[in-house]
Amino acid sequence: MTTTVQHPASGPSSPEPDERTGPPPAGTRRRAARFLARHRRVRLGLTLGAPLTWLLVIYVGALVALLMTSLFSLADDPTGLLTRLNTSLTLENYARLWNTAVYREVAQRTVVAAITVTVVDALLALPIAFYMAKVASPWGKRALVVAVTMPLWAGYLVKGYAWRAILDPGGGVLKEVFGSTPGFGSTSAIIVLCYLWFPYMVIPLFAGLERLPDSLLEASTDLGAKAGRTFWSVVMPQLLPALAAGSIFTFSLTLGDFYMNRIVGGTNEYIGNIVYRNFSADLPFSAAYAMVPVVIMVIYLLAIRRTGALEEL
Amino acid sequence: MYLSRQARIALRVFAALVLVVLYFPLVYVARLSVNTGVNYVWPPKGWTLQWWDAAIHAPGPREALLHSLQTALWATSVALLLGTLAAFALTRHRFFGQGSVSLAIVLPIALPGIVTGIALLSAFQRVGIDLSLMTLVIAHATFCVVIVYNNVGARMRRMQGNLEEASADLGADGLQTFRYVTFPLMRSALLAGGLLAFALSFDEIVVTTFTVGPGYKTLPIWFAENFARPNAIPIVNVVATFVVIVSIIPVYFAQRLVDSPHGTAETAP
Repeated sequence: MTTTVQHPASGPSSPEPDERTGPPPAGTRRRAARFLARHRRVRLGLTLGAPLTWLLVIYVGALVALLMTSLFSLADDPTGLLTRLNTSLTLENYARLWNTAVYREVAQRTVVAAITVTVVDALLALPIAFYMAKVASPWGKRALVVAVTMPLWAGYLVKGYAWRAILDPGGGVLKEVFGSTPGFGSTSAIIVLCYLWFPYMVIPLFAGLERLPDSLLEASTDLGAKAGRTFWSVVMPQLLPALAAGSIFTFSLTLGDFYMNRIVGGTNEYIGNIVYRNFSADLPFSAAYAMVPVVIMVIYLLAIRRTGALEEL
Repeated sequence: MYLSRQARIALRVFAALVLVVLYFPLVYVARLSVNTGVNYVWPPKGWTLQWWDAAIHAPGPREALLHSLQTALWATSVALLLGTLAAFALTRHRFFGQGSVSLAIVLPIALPGIVTGIALLSAFQRVGIDLSLMTLVIAHATFCVVIVYNNVGARMRRMQGNLEEASADLGADGLQTFRYVTFPLMRSALLAGGLLAFALSFDEIVVTTFTVGPGYKTLPIWFAENFARPNAIPIVNVVATFVVIVSIIPVYFAQRLVDSPHGTAETAP
């Protein structure tokens, strides 16, 4: 079966119907457009090809390299000048992590910190997001969105060192003004991490509440529900994806942090600190420890995927 | 939901308190940039512009600022291209394995920076690529793609595709539809995603620590090095304040984009 397709553009004097919208398309371009219009698969391949290759080759490839590196070990080097890798696969890094109490404790402390930061940020962000979305005037709403997002541009380290100046037991703002400070330690690390990731929680919650129609809240009130009941039965189920999206940021960013511990954490250490301290001397060991947050995050993502959170990031 | 007067007042007071805590560190840094003392000691004493003057003439911050701009511009360009393509593929098509792809595509921002950093470092070492500006841009672009993908993807899901079908029914081919219909509708999402990606790259330090070439200092790396030097702290405060003030411009534009849902009339250049 042969189909002959008339190409109006290649005819000598047939005017294009869409000439007004642009220059007359060249014959090949027109043919390409037709070809693409008819072949969904080719269209999909052309759009998905480049980003998927980038993602697979660079990112998934890097994660595979990380996993492989974590199964290597340091080769004995008599000169002690070069770090060489023994590329035969071994589980000794994982055994070392599992059998050393400190590494287990640090991992546990990091996860507890990530959960604490997420819960505190959610509790602080909910009332603000609600105020922004449902109570503030249109002008106030706009001003608050800017006010909450602005600090994200201010530099992570700058804010960290500003907090160091606030928390410092020797002449810091808290000590001088209120007479007491948590000093440098795990409490301060959690306070500063809550501060840093707060906007990442407010923004998705605000967007989620904006989408929630006011009429739903009114209907709930008309049916006799008090504010608390309306919140738990009407607002929360709708807000869950936004809450999950915000929690990905607060949880994951805390799970991997190490700079803030060095700035305000005193001797407190998270997984990131140990990974960072060892990566130049013993990359396989650092790689094995870095697999801990990978496994935790993948489980977390799979668990909350059903809420639709990934579309709200 | 009808809130009582007290509840409204309580919410307002709470919001105000949070804003005070949110801004105090930033205002404190700005104040210290014109402080006569050199240390972080409360209360600040005196006013001077000498640090601003010193910072303007110092080569370090200017070079670091340029490096950060260079990195962020490259990373954002790559991210705009790949993120938009990915958003098209995942919102306009249904295919086998789509769920896995849409989960995998958010991994670079869902996994902590230290994982991304050390994973890329392991990969570059295995393949034998020396760290350079290119490795840094690759690393930054990898998480910037996700930001653009999310912004453009959200817009595409809302656009459905009726307008594109209408355009095709009126005789436009695919490329014309893209040029005259689809692109103008997603321009503001592209700008918003691009701005966010730029901001993220500009301030990134964790992934940067692992993937930057030797001797190449971005602004966050310059900050990290100079916070440790007591004599440099006033100049660090000046540069930090400068960046915060300049960032008002992109935040303002980002906000205007959010205000006009389709960004056709007011945001057209």
